Formats: sequence, C-alpha cells, structure tokens
Amino acid sequence: MQQATETAPTIQPPVAAPAQPGELTKDTYKGKIHPDWCPGCGDFSVLSALQTALFELGLKPHQVAVVSGIGCSSNLPGFINTYGMHTLHGRGLAVGSGLKLANHELKVICTGGDGDGYGIGGNHFLHIMRRNIDLTYIVMDNQIYGLTTGQVSPTSVKGMKTKTTPHGSVENPINPLPLAMVGGATYVARAFSGKQKHMVEIIKGAIQHKGFALVDVFSPCVTYNKDNTYQWFNPRVKILEEQGHDPTNFHKAMDKAYMWGDEIPIGLVWKRTDLPSLEELEPVLHDGSGPLAYRKLGIPEDQAKELVQELL
Amino acid sequence: MATVDFAIGIGGEAGQGIATPGDILARIFARRGLHLNAYNAYQSIIRGGHTFLTIRASDEPVTNMGDKLDVLIPLNQDAMDRHLRLLRSGACVIFDAEKLKPGEHAEGVQLCPMPMKQLCGTNKLGGNTVAIAATLQMIGIEFEPLEQVLTRQFKKKGDAVITENVNMARAGYEYAATNFKPFPVKAPRGAKPLGVVTGNQAVALGGAAAGVKFYAAYPMSPSTGVLMWMAAHARQLGIMVRQVEDEIGVMNMVIGAAHAGCRAMCATSGGGFALMTEAIGMAGMIEVPVVCVDVQRAGPATGVPTKTEQGDLWQVLGAAQGDFPKIIVAPSSQIDLFKTMPELFNLVDKYQCPGLVLADLLISEGTSSVDPDELNFNVKIDRGEIIFPTTSGNGETKNPFGGCNDNAYLRYKNTESGISPRAVPGVPGHIHVAATDEHDEDGTLISDEFTNPTKRRMMVEKRARKMETVLSRIPAPKLFGPENAQVTLVGWGSTEGVIREAIAKLAGDEGIVANHLHIKWIVPFHVDEVNRILGRAKHVIIVENNQSGQFARYLRSETGFNAHGHIRKYDGEPFMPHHIVNAVKEQLEGKAQLSVPAHEILV
Repeated sequence: MQQATETAPTIQPPVAAPAQPGELTKDTYKGKIHPDWCPGCGDFSVLSALQTALFELGLKPHQVAVVSGIGCSSNLPGFINTYGMHTLHGRGLAVGSGLKLANHELKVICTGGDGDGYGIGGNHFLHIMRRNIDLTYIVMDNQIYGLTTGQVSPTSVKGMKTKTTPHGSVENPINPLPLAMVGGATYVARAFSGKQKHMVEIIKGAIQHKGFALVDVFSPCVTYNKDNTYQWFNPRVKILEEQGHDPTNFHKAMDKAYMWGDEIPIGLVWKRTDLPSLEELEPVLHDGSGPLAYRKLGIPEDQAKELVQELL
Repeated sequence: MATVDFAIGIGGEAGQGIATPGDILARIFARRGLHLNAYNAYQSIIRGGHTFLTIRASDEPVTNMGDKLDVLIPLNQDAMDRHLRLLRSGACVIFDAEKLKPGEHAEGVQLCPMPMKQLCGTNKLGGNTVAIAATLQMIGIEFEPLEQVLTRQFKKKGDAVITENVNMARAGYEYAATNFKPFPVKAPRGAKPLGVVTGNQAVALGGAAAGVKFYAAYPMSPSTGVLMWMAAHARQLGIMVRQVEDEIGVMNMVIGAAHAGCRAMCATSGGGFALMTEAIGMAGMIEVPVVCVDVQRAGPATGVPTKTEQGDLWQVLGAAQGDFPKIIVAPSSQIDLFKTMPELFNLVDKYQCPGLVLADLLISEGTSSVDPDELNFNVKIDRGEIIFPTTSGNGETKNPFGGCNDNAYLRYKNTESGISPRAVPGVPGHIHVAATDEHDEDGTLISDEFTNPTKRRMMVEKRARKMETVLSRIPAPKLFGPENAQVTLVGWGSTEGVIREAIAKLAGDEGIVANHLHIKWIVPFHVDEVNRILGRAKHVIIVENNQSGQFARYLRSETGFNAHGHIRKYDGEPFMPHHIVNAVKEQLEGKAQLSVPAHEILV
C-alpha cells in the first residue's frame, strides 16, 4: 500500500508575520462597497470601530474573517476588506465556529443583529458560549427588525409598538448580557454607537480575548425604532470603565448587566480568563501541523492497516 | 453455486443480549472466510419489545437476509411464537428446555431443547453463549474459534468471566454433539479471512480515506454509528469531530469548515436532513464543497426510527430552495459506501457544490463481511481548483490585502466551465466575501448595487454550467443479465443485492429470464443510457422501498419512461428475495401492476 496520492501541493501553514510599520492604514480595511445602511444608522459607527480596532491591533486583512448572518447589520462583511462570509439568517455563529475550528489561526469575528443572533440563531448562541470558541461576536442590537421594515424583535422592550405589535408588545425582551454570563461566555460587554472611541477599546479587548466574546452594541435604527434613539440612549448610558467596575466580580457584573432604565451601563461587564477555549482543549489542533484546513490529506499506510485490523 | 447458505435467527427482547451473540457469530464466520450479512430488526426501545437478528452466511457473497431460517434461537416465548411457525423442514430451534414451549411447527423441524440451568448455572445471559455453541457444533465448526472470540469479547471483564463463558460454551457444544442431529453439510472454509463492517463504519472509513478533517453531527438513528466511529478515531486520525446542538448547526458548521479548506462532512437521517436543507442551498450558492449522508429511515416525521425505507429521494432531490448544482448518489452496499465517499469528495471539490448520499438503515446499520483487500485507503485525492496560502497566486500578488477591493482576484469568475478557482481564507491577495445573496464575480452582493437581471442570469448560468460536465465523470448504469430478458427489474440504492438474488431465483425455480438495471448515481442522471436500455426492455418493473414510487416518478420526470409495473414495500422491513420473485410472477401473469409484498415475519 502506498501513501495516498494528492494532486494539490502540500500546504505549509502561513506564517503570521506582524505587520510592518506603515504597511497598514485604516483605509486598508475599507471595503469596495459603501454601506447601504440608512443615513444615521448606528451600524456605520460599529463598522468604523471594528476597522479601527483591526488597524490598531495590526491584524492583516487576509488573516481576519468576518462572518455574518442576514439582516441590515449582517451586510457588514461586504463593507470591510477582510475575508468574509455572508451566511444564512441566524447561522453566522455556526458557520463561524466551523471556520474557526478548521483554521484556528484566523481571527474570526461574527457580526449580526438582535433578531439574527438572539431570535432565529438563539440555539447556536447558547451553545457557542458553553464551548467557549475563541471568536468575537458583535451584535448590532437595534431592538427591531429593520430589513423587513420594522417588526418586533427579541430585544424590543415590553409595550413597544411595531408593525407586528400594533397594540404594543406584551412579551418580555431577552437581556443578552445576563444570558451570556450564565451561558458561559468569558467576555461580555456592551457598547453604544454614540460612543465610538469607547467601542473601539471594547472590540479590541474582545478580539484579544482568548475565548468567546460577546459585544452587544446599542446601534439605533433611525428608520424603524422611534423609541430607542440616540437621544434616548445618550443621557442614559454610563461607561463602566469610568465607574471603577470590576468585571471579574460575577455578582457585581450581574447587577450591572441587569440595569435598565435611567442608567444603562456600557463597557466590559464580565470577563474571566481562567477557562481554556475549545481550540486549546482540542488535542487534534495541537499536533504541530497547523490549521486543519491546510493539512495534508490521506491515511498513511500504517494507520490504514490499523483501521482494517479492527474489522478482522 | 454455494456449498452452504444458512441463516441463524436470534430473537428476544431488547436487553437480553442479542447483539453480542450476533457479533460473535459474525466474527467466527468472517474469520473462517465465509461471507455474511446480518440484519437486526429492532424497535426504538432500550429494554423490552422484540428484537430479531438474522445472520446469514455462505461461501458465496451474501447481500441480504435471504428467505429462510436454518437455526432459530428464541430467547423468550414471544420470539418462539413469532418465528417457529415459519421454519421449514430441515431447520432447527435451539431453546431453554425449562423456560420455553415450542408450540406448532412444520414437519421435519428439529427441536433442540437444552437444559440451560444445568449448563449455565446462575449466569442469566449464559443461554446465548450456550445456544451459539450448539449452533456452531451443528453446522460443523470447531470449538476453538468460539473460544478465541469469547476471549476477545470478554477481555475487559477479566479472566474469571472469560473462563466462565468458555466453560459454558464448551458444555453447550458437547451437549449438542451428544443430543442433536447435525446439519448435513459442514460449513466450509473460505479462501482467506474476511472482516466485518457496518455501513455506518464504511461511510466513516470512506470519509477518512477521502481525507475528511472535520466531521459534525447530531445523534439520529440510524446514522449515529458514523458519529461514534468518527469520535472514537478522531485523535488517532487527526479529525475534528463535534456533536452539535442541532442539525442546522451541523450543516452550517460543516460549511464553515469546508470554506476554510477542510474536507468536511456529516451524516443524519431524514428529519435531520430536513433541518439542514437551507444550508445545503448556501453551499450551492457560495460554492463550497460538502458531503452529507442521509441514512433514510421510515418517515415522515419521527416515523419508525429503527426501520428502513427509501422514502427521502424527493426530499434530497428538492433539498433547499432555488436552482443550484448538487450531486446525489445512492450506494448499494457497505463496500460501495466506502468506495463512493472518496469519489464523491473528488467530484464536489472539483465542482464546488454539495454532494448528497442516500443510504438507508438496511445497509448503514446492517453488517456485511468485507474482503480486507477491498478496503483501499490509497485513493486518488483531487481537490480541484483550490488556492491555499502557499500555492499559486501567493507571493506574486502586488497587494497582499487586495482581491476584494482591487479585483485582482475574482472568486466567482464567470469561466467557460463555470468552475472558478477557489481561494480559502488566509491567502494573501485573494480576499473576498462568500455571500448567500446573489453576487457578482467578485463576490459583491448584487443587491448592494442594483439588482441587475443580466448579472443574476450570468451567475445562475455560471453555476448551472458546472453540471454539464459532471455526467461524463460518473459511470453510466449497466444492464445486468441477458439483454433479451422477459422482464427488466429496475432498482436504486440498497436493493441491488436482493434484486440480483431474486433474478437468480426466477431463473432457477421459475424459468423466468429477468435482467436488472440498477441506478446508483441519481443526479446527474444518465438519461440517454437509461432510455436506451429501457427502450429495448420488454417489461419493466421498478422495485423500491417506499409507498408512492418515488424513484418511478423521478425516472419518469427525467426520461419520460413509464414502467409497466411496480413492486413497493413500505412496512419498515427490507425486501426478501421471494417477495420480488412472487411479485414478478404475479405481474407477468397479468394479475397486478402494483405489488406490495407482505412481510411474513412479525418483527
């Protein structure tokens, strides 16, 4: 028996050399297409913050993959110059998980909206957290379904009138932060499109964090959500980093995560670094042969013999 | 002709240990070089109910459970009552003399009561071991192979358990030698020792041979065996194996891994496949090669989880909305499953599309002997036009951060073949977005500019064009048997073996000359060749395991051909050769155009 033949050449794992000074500018991350969001949409701020974060971290565009679901905010991968996937409604995290596990040297950033992530994709959200896969999830939470022109979302507040709740929503919204904390996320933060500089730091922290990081961003929908506007958020949001909040204290973090009303905290709510990521726990990734995606295929003769032997 | 062809049935309730004696017998036969097929009829319960394992062995290849039982081993009265009446002259029943009463039986059936209490003492499951020892004695197999297999089987439980079982077995063997009449022909030895494999193992082995590096699944009978094999071998073979929250997550994860550059696959059954279908459309749209195995079970909905059916054909044909290329194949046996996986991976890599495998409970959970030399892991691996970080394009690019924003690389280039070179994430200078929205050659969503009918048409046609050359790369179906037969039987997937055996019986016992057209590759379909063959056929009967004639309807839609008759079975149990023989006779006599054979065994 011979070694399996392979027509594709043997692949060497890419060397992730650090960016040279001047090699990257913020414009490097600019996508080909100008965003098709409504003027004033909070998502512009998130895109810009993400581009700044990538630039400041010196990450080369081809070493980053931005994976989204479907929705207004999920159009983001088309507007940023990195590898991208624009998947199915609610499936960004599942596809992103597969991508990350197959090439754990890529920086994978999943983006999407509240309906995409907390509604139709809710099951993947729950399970990626307990797995602690090392990727960053940025949710542009506008508390409304925008692309379908204004229906109630899982984070719409009780009483909110939308096209599908004309008499006001009678359901309670999801609060993604406590959910993420008990779900096992190891970096849980909130940002606001009106505080872009702060958001850059939050996203940088999320990307650098080894494990699953959730950044829930208040990203107002200026067209369909007339309740939770910039004007509504501006006086309410309070930056946790300015308040001396200790993100490693679970109970205090939980108190902050639940706050809503006149004062709404933004910033890093909860973080733990004592849990390994799935990639660190998975022995298959640690035999020194680089990402799974680049490995040579085929079963060597000695292994083939063992497999056949089991059947005899 | 086969020197011997005998079948042993072991029946009892779940939890009585039916599987272990089945495994022991299969190992002994295969090591002796005998071919075998084992089929377990069971129910979706962990304890109780009725489970019936049929293991058939011969010195010729065995593809199905056959028509008769030679040895019945009932472990409870229920199994005795259900099966004894079906035994014919020459068969025997081996049972616990103190616990079970034989009841009515045909003349010439040998009753073999055994004093189990005396032979086994307090060991409650010992009766199984004693009964198989008696069976082996009566079919002329020496005691040593049983001793060896028992030693291997109980290795983990320690020497005391091994000794106890070997002693019980020896007592049973000797008791049979003294008290029962052996079978007239002794089991011969085959040319070389054979292995034993289930279809689920074969799928996993085939995937491993193809170079699968990522396997994800959600447990679902009857496909779970693939996941368990993969999990058990993951670390040894360097395969990432994940049990995912649901089948939606499974397929999406597999697509993510495949997009990264892995060969990635999953297996499920019809219900799980239903959850995967939207994502299968994504694989079609973003042109990512993935393989998914649908191990069909009796549907719809939860259906009969432990019973077989060929009822998912139209589900798989129609998987996902819209038009896009996909390749669908229905292997016919365990070894065929093994060999098909690397072939299919080469095709989906070349054509950058999903590949779907239609298996079913019968072959996937069913066990077959296998010639170890047929398990060739030295398979051709052709990844098609794929660009990895250090292959072509890398280093020569002027802008390592280009692709997406400078058109240096067009992921969905509108080529003549429809196949566009595929760069995986991480390659400098080839940045692009893989989007499920309709997109332009560079990956830009056409809805992000203007929804442009010309571009839309161009991209639909680019993807569709890929299918034009697939057909030349898959073998056309061939007619088996004499060209000018009275009747042509058409089947697909797992029925190949049983139809062939029915044809031999028709020729031998009934003087009816039949031939067989078996279809393995479903999409694309060899329309011209099938039309040519069926156009010459005198009387065409389609045989399939479903109620509505799913394949008959597909054949008609592709070829315009209307069959003369149909044999369909949808009671959860597989065809036995005589079901087909009797139905063909009935139809040739003009008594019916649709035959639905009754399954005589109540399992």
